[in-house]
Amino acid sequence: MGLIAALSIQFAQMLLVLALAPLLLGFTRRLKARLLRRQGSSLIQPYRDLLKLLRKEAVLADNASWLFRVAPYLIFAATWVAAALVPTFATGLMFSWSADLIVITALLGSARFFLALAGMDIGTSFGGIGSSREAMFASFAEPAMIMIAFTMSLIAGSTQLSEIAEFVLSTTQLRVSLGLALFALIIVAIAENGRIPVDNPATHLELTMVHEAMILEYSGRHLALIEMASALKLLLYLSLIGCMFFPWGLAPAGASAAAMTGGVAAYVFKLVIGGAALVVFETSIAKMRVFRVPEFLGVALMLGLLGILLRFVSAGL
Amino acid sequence: MKAEVAILSGIVALFGVAILSVLLPSKRASAQVYVLCLVICAAMFGIATVRLLDPAAYEPLVLPLGLPGVGALFHIDSLSAFFLLVINLGGALASLYGIGYGAHEHEPKRVLPFYAAFLAGMNLVIIAEDAYGFLIGWEFMSLSSWAMVISSHHEAENRRAGFVYISMASFGALTLLIAFGLLANAGGGVGFAALRAGAADTQIASIVLGLVTIGAGSKAGLAPLHVWLPLAHPAAPSHVSGLMSGVMTKVAVYAFIRFAFDLLGAPAPWWSMLIIALSGATAIIGVLQATIESDLKRLLAYSTVENIGVVFVGLGLALAFKANNVPWAAALAFSAALFHVLNHSLFKSLLFFGAGAVLVGSGERNIEKLGGLIHRMPQTAIFMLGGCMAISALPPLNGFASEWLMFQAILVSPVLPQWGLKLLIPAVGAALALSAALCAAAFIRAYGIAFLGRPRSPQAANSNEVDRWSLASMAILLALCLFAGVLPGPVLDALSPVARAMVGGKIPIQSSIDWLSVVPIDEGRSSYNGLLVFTFIALSALLSKQIIHRFASHATRRSPAWDCGFPNAAPDGQYTASSFAQPLRRVFGRQAFAAQETVDMPAPGDMRPASLRIVMRDRIWDALYEPVATVVNRIADQLNRVHYLTIRGYLSLVFAALVGLLFTVAIWA
Repeated sequence: MGLIAALSIQFAQMLLVLALAPLLLGFTRRLKARLLRRQGSSLIQPYRDLLKLLRKEAVLADNASWLFRVAPYLIFAATWVAAALVPTFATGLMFSWSADLIVITALLGSARFFLALAGMDIGTSFGGIGSSREAMFASFAEPAMIMIAFTMSLIAGSTQLSEIAEFVLSTTQLRVSLGLALFALIIVAIAENGRIPVDNPATHLELTMVHEAMILEYSGRHLALIEMASALKLLLYLSLIGCMFFPWGLAPAGASAAAMTGGVAAYVFKLVIGGAALVVFETSIAKMRVFRVPEFLGVALMLGLLGILLRFVSAGL
Repeated sequence: MKAEVAILSGIVALFGVAILSVLLPSKRASAQVYVLCLVICAAMFGIATVRLLDPAAYEPLVLPLGLPGVGALFHIDSLSAFFLLVINLGGALASLYGIGYGAHEHEPKRVLPFYAAFLAGMNLVIIAEDAYGFLIGWEFMSLSSWAMVISSHHEAENRRAGFVYISMASFGALTLLIAFGLLANAGGGVGFAALRAGAADTQIASIVLGLVTIGAGSKAGLAPLHVWLPLAHPAAPSHVSGLMSGVMTKVAVYAFIRFAFDLLGAPAPWWSMLIIALSGATAIIGVLQATIESDLKRLLAYSTVENIGVVFVGLGLALAFKANNVPWAAALAFSAALFHVLNHSLFKSLLFFGAGAVLVGSGERNIEKLGGLIHRMPQTAIFMLGGCMAISALPPLNGFASEWLMFQAILVSPVLPQWGLKLLIPAVGAALALSAALCAAAFIRAYGIAFLGRPRSPQAANSNEVDRWSLASMAILLALCLFAGVLPGPVLDALSPVARAMVGGKIPIQSSIDWLSVVPIDEGRSSYNGLLVFTFIALSALLSKQIIHRFASHATRRSPAWDCGFPNAAPDGQYTASSFAQPLRRVFGRQAFAAQETVDMPAPGDMRPASLRIVMRDRIWDALYEPVATVVNRIADQLNRVHYLTIRGYLSLVFAALVGLLFTVAIWA
C-alpha cells in the first residue's frame, strides 16, 4: 500500500473520531432520557450546540491571561491526537507506532494539566475547587491507567495498542489479569469522563461538581473546544475498551476497503453497546460523595497492581 | 592536549577565580566572577562532550600531587565524561543566570569565592581516579555549598539548615571514607584499579555497598537521609539552589554508580532489592511533601527528592538485571536512569531559576502570598510553565521521555528470577506511576497559585520582570528540555558507551531508526516518537485555531468574571495553596504527615472568628532524627561538666589518660 493510501486512512481515522464523538454524546443523552421516561433531545443536538457555541463571541474575564485563551486549543489538540492514535476500525495505521498506551495516557494528562490550570486562571473560588478536585482524582486515575497499561503490556508483550489488539485476537485463553484490567479500566473510564457516580455531567451550580466548575468561565468557541475535547475523551475510552478487550472486527494493517468498511461497522456497533452499558449503569446508581471517589479509584489502582503481580508471578494467569 | 589536562586546568582556573573574587573590589566583583565561571564551565562542557562522543579509550593521567610518593590519578572515562557534561552545563547556565541574579546579593563576597570553589570541587570528584582526589573534591563540594547555605546567616532558619546540612554531609563523607578504606585494605593503594581488586571479597563488597548507599544516598537525598535537603537547598541563593538540586545531587549519583557498577564488580541480587525498595519509598515521600508545601523553593527541593528516587529506581533495576546477567535490559534501565539525571538537571535548574526570578521580582517565595504573576512577569511565566510541564512528565517534553523509558525497563523485569524482585518491582512500578501523577498535581498547584489567579499581596501585585541574563539562562534551559524531549534518540545514542562500560549491554542504536523514533527494545514491543507527537499537537492546535477563526468567530469581549453570578471582589476569596492541597491532605494526610485538623466554630451570637488549625509533622524526622538528637544532646550535657573542672581536675584527667595509654601499650605487646 502506498504512502498516500496509508496517510489517507490515518487521516480518515482522525476525522472519524471527530465526527462520531458528538454523536456518541447525543446517543447517551437520548438513551438516558428515554430510560428516565423523558422524551430527550435529538441525536444530533450536540452538533447544533457546538456550532452555536463556535459562532458566538467569546467572553473573557477581565483578568484572563493568554494561558486561558490558549488552553482550549491545547486541550482539544492533545485529546484529539490521543483519540486518533487509538485503533478504532483498523490496527497498524501509519502513525500508530508513534505513541503507545503510556503516551496516550500522558497525552490525556497534558490535557488535564492545562484544564486544571485554566480553571485557576481567573482566580474564582469555583475554578479552584474544580481544579483541586480534578488534581486529586487524577492522582489516582492516572496511576491506575498506567497499571492497566502495564498489565496489558505484560500479557501481550507490547505497549503498542495495535500489537495488544492483535495478541488478544490471536489468543483463546481466558486470563484472570485480563479481567482485572478490564474492570479497572471501566472504573477509570467512568471517573475520567466525569460520569455518575464520580461526577454528574448534567449538573451545574452544585458544590460537588468538578469538570463543570473548571470550565465555568469559558464561553463561545473556547467552550465549544473543551466540550468537544470531553466528547472525544468519552469516545477514546470506549475505543480503548473496544480495541483491547473486544478487538473483533478490527481490520488488520493493509486490509482491503471492504474489510475497512466492516471495521467501521464493527466499531460503531461497539460504541452503541458501550454507550448503552454506560447509560444503564449511570441510571441505576447514585452519585457518591467526593471523598469516596479516591476509594473508588483506589479499587482500580489495586486491581491494576494485582494484575501486574499475577503476571510477574506466573505467565499463565 | 589531553582532556584530563584541560579539565584539570579548568579546575585550577576555577580555584583561581575563587581567590580572585576575594581580591576584586566589591562592587563589580559579582558580574566578573560569574562571567569567568561561565566561560570556564562552557569550555569544560565542550571538552566533556567531545570526550563522551569519542569512542577511543584513554589512559589515566598521573601527576605528582596529593599523597607523597603515591601521586594523584585523573581519568575521564565515558561515565565521567557524561557527568562532567551535566555538571558544566548546569554550572555554565547557573553562572549566566548569576550575572543578573548576583546583582541583588547584599553581601556578594559571602557567595562568590565559594561558588567557584563549589564548581571546582564537583569537577574534581568526577575526574579523580583515586580515593584521595575523590574525597578532597567531595569535601570541597560539601563545605563550599555549606558556606553558601549560611550566606544569609541572619535568618535563624538558615543557620539551622546549615547545621543540619553540615552534620549530614560530615556523616556521609565519613561513610565514604570507611568504604574506600575497606576496599584499600591489603595493598594500601588508593587508585581505582587497586580498589577494584579489593572488592573481590563479596562480604566486603556488600558492606561497602551499604556504606556507599548511606554516603552517596545522603548527599543525593535518598530517604530516610533526605531530611537536610529541603532545608539546605532553599536556603542558598537561587542559582546555587539550582546547582545543589540539579547538579550536586548528580555528583552523588555518580559516586553511587562508580562504586556499585564499577569498583564493586559483579553485584549480588539483594543489593538491587535494597536500592529499589529505598528509592520507591523516596519517590513517594518526596512527592507527598511537595504536594502540601507552600514555600516555592522548598517545594522544588522536595520534588528533587522524588526525582532522585526515580533515578535510583532505574539504577536499582540496572543492578538487578546486571546481577542476573541480562545486559540488554540492564542497559535499558541504566540509560533511563542517566537520561533522567540529565533531564532532571535541566528542568530543576530551570525551575529554581524561575523561583529565584519570582523571589527577585516580588520578594516572596511563599506561594500563598503570590498570584497573577503571569501578567506581571510574562516571560518568566512561560519558562516556568515549560519547567512545570517537563517535571510533570507531560509529552513531548523531556521528563516524559525518561519516565517512559523507565516504565519500559519495569515492563521487561518479569525475566528476573528472584521472588523478592518479582514482588517488589510491581509495587515500585505503582509507586512511580503514583509519584508521577502526584508530581503533576503538585506543580499544577504551585504554578496555578503563584502565576495564575489574582495577586494575593501587594508584593505580588507590584512584581516586576527580571533581567535579561536570567531570562536568557531560563530560555536556553527550556529549549534544551524541549530538544531532549522531542529528540531523545541522539541523547540515548550518546549515553550508549556509558551503559556499555558500566553494565556490558546496549540498547538499539537510535539514529538508525526511521522517523527519529525511540525504540528501546524492538519495534514490535514499544516505540515513542516525541517529534511526531509534538508536531501533531502543534498542527492540530494551529489548524483548529485557523479554521475556527476563519469560518466561525474570532470576536472576543472582556467582562467581569462570571463565577456563577456571585463574583467575590476580594482576592482572598480565591482558592489558596492550602485549600488546593486539602483533598490530597485528607486522603494521604493521616498516614503520611500525621495531620490533625482542629476546627473551632463559634456558636451563633459568639463574635469570635472561626478558625481552622492544621498541624502536620514529618514522621521520618520524629521517628529517626529526634531520638538521635535527644541522645546527642544528653551526652553533650553530661560532657559539659568536663568544661568546668579545676586545674587539678584537668591534670588528673591527663594523668589518667596517660596511665591508660601506657597500660594499653603494655598489654598489646
